[in-house]
Amino acid sequence: MDRTLIEKVTSMVLEELKVEQHSASVKPPASMRMVKIYNNLNTKPTFGEVTDTTRSDEEAIEEPTFYSTVASPKNKEKLLENQEKTPARIGIGRAGVRPKTNALLKFRLDHAAAVDAVYGKVTEDLLSRMKWFSVQTSTETQEEYIRRPDLGRKLNEDSKKLIESQCEKNPQVQIVISDGLSSEAIEQNAEDVYLSLSQSLNQLGFQTGTPFFVKNGRVAVMDEIGELLQPDVIILLIGERPGLISAESLSAYICYQPRKGTIEADRMVVSNIHRGGIPPAEAGAYLGNVIKKVLTFKASGVSLLQKEK
Amino acid sequence: MKLQTKLLGQVYQFKSLKEVFAKANEEKSGDRLAGLAAETVQERIAAKHVLSEITLKDIRDYPFLSPDEDAVSRLIDEQINETVYMAVRNWTVSELREHILADDTLGSDLRKLSTGLNSEMIAAVTKLMSNLDLVFAASKMEIITCCNTPVGQKGVLASRLQPNHPTDNVEGMLASLREGLSYGIGDAVIGINPVDDSVESVKRLLHATHDFMQDWKIPTQNCVLAHVTTQMKAIEEGAPADMIFQSIAGTEAANKSFGISQSLLDEAHDMINSLGTSKGPNRLYFETGQGSELSAEAHYDIDQVTLEARNYGFARKYEPFLLNTVVGFIGPEYLYDNKQVIRAGLEDHFMGKMHNISMGVDICYTNHIKADQNDMENLGVLLTAAGVNFIIATPMGDDCMLNYQSMSYHDVATLRQTMSKRTSPHFEGWLESMGLMEKGKLTGLAGDLTLFH
Repeated sequence: MDRTLIEKVTSMVLEELKVEQHSASVKPPASMRMVKIYNNLNTKPTFGEVTDTTRSDEEAIEEPTFYSTVASPKNKEKLLENQEKTPARIGIGRAGVRPKTNALLKFRLDHAAAVDAVYGKVTEDLLSRMKWFSVQTSTETQEEYIRRPDLGRKLNEDSKKLIESQCEKNPQVQIVISDGLSSEAIEQNAEDVYLSLSQSLNQLGFQTGTPFFVKNGRVAVMDEIGELLQPDVIILLIGERPGLISAESLSAYICYQPRKGTIEADRMVVSNIHRGGIPPAEAGAYLGNVIKKVLTFKASGVSLLQKEK
Repeated sequence: MKLQTKLLGQVYQFKSLKEVFAKANEEKSGDRLAGLAAETVQERIAAKHVLSEITLKDIRDYPFLSPDEDAVSRLIDEQINETVYMAVRNWTVSELREHILADDTLGSDLRKLSTGLNSEMIAAVTKLMSNLDLVFAASKMEIITCCNTPVGQKGVLASRLQPNHPTDNVEGMLASLREGLSYGIGDAVIGINPVDDSVESVKRLLHATHDFMQDWKIPTQNCVLAHVTTQMKAIEEGAPADMIFQSIAGTEAANKSFGISQSLLDEAHDMINSLGTSKGPNRLYFETGQGSELSAEAHYDIDQVTLEARNYGFARKYEPFLLNTVVGFIGPEYLYDNKQVIRAGLEDHFMGKMHNISMGVDICYTNHIKADQNDMENLGVLLTAAGVNFIIATPMGDDCMLNYQSMSYHDVATLRQTMSKRTSPHFEGWLESMGLMEKGKLTGLAGDLTLFH
């Protein structure tokens, strides 16, 4: 419920940003909802960018196509035409009344990727490369994190001390990264989003605080961080609940002066950041402009809407 | 009222009936999150025992949320048939369970009995019932409703065709619709969840489904599951809707968080009765799910099974054409794993039927619940055995808009064939005329969406 509300408010706010976006030649607001249409009959979706150009033997191995189709359709062209119109798993044929083996395995594979993203871990490699120190919420285990959203909104005592000792106080913008419900979202996107966002904030002349990583975080953990560091704005890059289309989608939640008691409607979110949605390297510039607006109006979400009127 | 028992040498003393109700529940992560669940497995049985000896009159006389303070409580209490209630008020919950299960208690008897019970009584007996109790008792009841075509006949398994699309693209939606029809899906409703809750988007989807149904003479009904106020605007502007949909909850405060109230639903009901494109008489559609009240922080320390029952008490006032629980969607903090989802699915279905509601289930899960498609298939078999009116079906069970998994078109066809269930009669006749079905079984043409070109 909260999520829907936040998304709605954000899109209303961003509607106002249209002009700035075009001048900055980043994605229009509609792209927030844009979903990459994968043809699920293909081996792999065609991604926009391949950053790693090295080839190893492993890359030479071909992945299975999991091709599955209707045995003898009345109109083959129309079948393909329909399939191109939706990412839904249609035109896949049947074995009796059951799905064909390939369609079944493809489905199980996509679900497996989603589950592994939920129960996966962000690697030390990424954290040390990015020089993000790591803190933890009050949840001890992944199971507790899933069962107790309330504990995912609170930092444990050691973490609070660490943040107080390591971080610059009163920054204009505090960037926080958290695995949330998809470690894979962080592994795949956080570095690019962070770098492009830092660059954008730098160019806009905003001063940023010391970034860090929160293990097992929920969105509202930003309120407690806000109390500790007293920033003007927090932007939290957090893994979304994985779907079968993408298990690595990242959301960026933005809030002006988040503190204890901040209402959900004062948060904004830009979601669907991944290589099949808003490309991570492009997201930074866009998020920078959103933050600029928040800092100009000294408000976010519903409060920002009210101030604009 | 006795709130104490002694089991295996241990005395259990409960503070309130509300505590007994909560602790008598089967294990649910939502009751634990709310701090209401039994501490030990034995305490759970103690609570069940205490509950078994409570009378129906006690349950009515000591409400957890009084009619004075909550509109849902008020509505539920007003609907009680006093004559029926007077005849059973001194029954214990145990006696109610045994009456429901008795050989000579027929489905029609249960339908009559239902009118004298409030939602808390129905929740109470549910807590004493095993999974197979819930399947068996629900299978007695035949609840038929009609919008354009009827659903709910014994021996029929109907389905909602859910052709969602991530950008509400009409051609994309129609592609999934064609696929579903070619598997014999859609006899309960063609129901779309829009991404964009705007009047224009809702109108576009209502027109598209309505036109498609007219062009192919499909005997079913359409619905676009936007917020009730958006649907009302679309209908006012002339969009062809056979019914109005809304998500509901079991307390007035939780409903408020959904942006609805009794008066708003009354208004919607009047509007669809006068401006709807269907024959009727049933023209509303509701969705519910255990945990939504806690999620809205409007649960008043009442357990989630009891709150879910109150959804049905609220809904029955409107004699909806369809109602389904979205059983695994609300999240693992309310239903943690396959076992809890399966239990909740059977509870919700039974409780809905006991309220005389045309009950369906969205047999589903999200990717952070400990469950997979096999668990959904299991629950599909159980609910088909229980006589569920309809289930929801998406292409290969994967909803590419809502990012969760439900049952597939293949699954509905499989359940029908395996468990000797038929498609709704009008719809089956139409499938036969299209050459897609013969004697209740799909033909060789089935599964080819290009038949609809």
